[in-house]
Amino acid sequence: MWQALYEELAGRSFMVIAVAMDSREGDALPWIEAAKPTYLTLIDREHRLAELYGVVNVPQAVWIDEGGRIVRPAEAAGAYEGFRKMNRATRELPEDAARLTAQAKTTYVSALRDWVLRGAESAHAFAADQARAHLPVLTEDVATAQAMFRLGQFLMRHGEREEGDRWLQEASRRHPDSWCIWRQRAGVTELGLAALPDFWGRVDALGDKRYYAPVDMPGMP
Amino acid sequence: MVIVLTESGELAVPEAEVSGDALWLPAREAEAATGWVAKAEGLCKAEVCVPLPAGREHELVRGSRVNVAALWRRLGQPVVCSESGHVWVLGSSAQHRAAALHSLEAPDFTLPDASGRLHSLSDYRGKKVFLVTWASW
Repeated sequence: MWQALYEELAGRSFMVIAVAMDSREGDALPWIEAAKPTYLTLIDREHRLAELYGVVNVPQAVWIDEGGRIVRPAEAAGAYEGFRKMNRATRELPEDAARLTAQAKTTYVSALRDWVLRGAESAHAFAADQARAHLPVLTEDVATAQAMFRLGQFLMRHGEREEGDRWLQEASRRHPDSWCIWRQRAGVTELGLAALPDFWGRVDALGDKRYYAPVDMPGMP
Repeated sequence: MVIVLTESGELAVPEAEVSGDALWLPAREAEAATGWVAKAEGLCKAEVCVPLPAGREHELVRGSRVNVAALWRRLGQPVVCSESGHVWVLGSSAQHRAAALHSLEAPDFTLPDASGRLHSLSDYRGKKVFLVTWASW
């Protein structure tokens, strides 16, 4: 998704770092090989980005300026709820959902382009107090969940799959907003694929709550 | 054999002693894993010292060993261990993470690419970085 923009902005002191929140060895590789991005693609087995930046889902992005300062904290990166209206048999989106999904994408890409070209002058670059206001809310349950996730991942990698899965389950219980944790666990019990019926069940259970928290950006649905 | 997972990575500690919710590490390993050292002032890391509770010093320090689990609880940081007691995670508190983010300094990290080569965020200082997550799921 970002390759075109990355190529367009070549030579502008801009780097895309795409991080796969994939814990199981080899899961991310086929995707990387197929896409062949020229930007940097990394693999985050232990969900370090979740610990450090409060990432809870994919795609989420953080904007960081040349001085290493957070300009926009973790937020949905051009993704939209529209998929919830998908026809689950045909995987088709109704027209309004498709339109809003496309709008979310183009709005986000335009904003990102604007920032790369105009830097701090861009309306989309948060000033310090605005950036702080948009930081994720971290609770001690979230911190404990991250520790449990790490323990679960370690045990899974070292042959203790049942206990590892119990820790992932507990981690998810403590940090229910994290789809990263939940989807990682769901994959464990379904021989490599996240269980689709479980996924839709959990999405439906959100009710009116957003799957992707609203993004503070003009034009974003 | 006990494995201790911390911010700095994974450390195997053959001489670790586990007793209930206590994790006793030799002083050198305690420092290697956590950065905390027993001094006259208490347990210290860089400029910060935590005094030992009067009359209960032995809960945290015995001879040259440190109960890092008790230290972690005293610091309000999450501690979890496997059922066997062989794997421990000394995590970071929400307060610690939030304080780091509040500074708006993007926390550095080092992760591998598809061929296993390591890259750090700090390698790209001087460029705007768009850090974006994705997944095969």
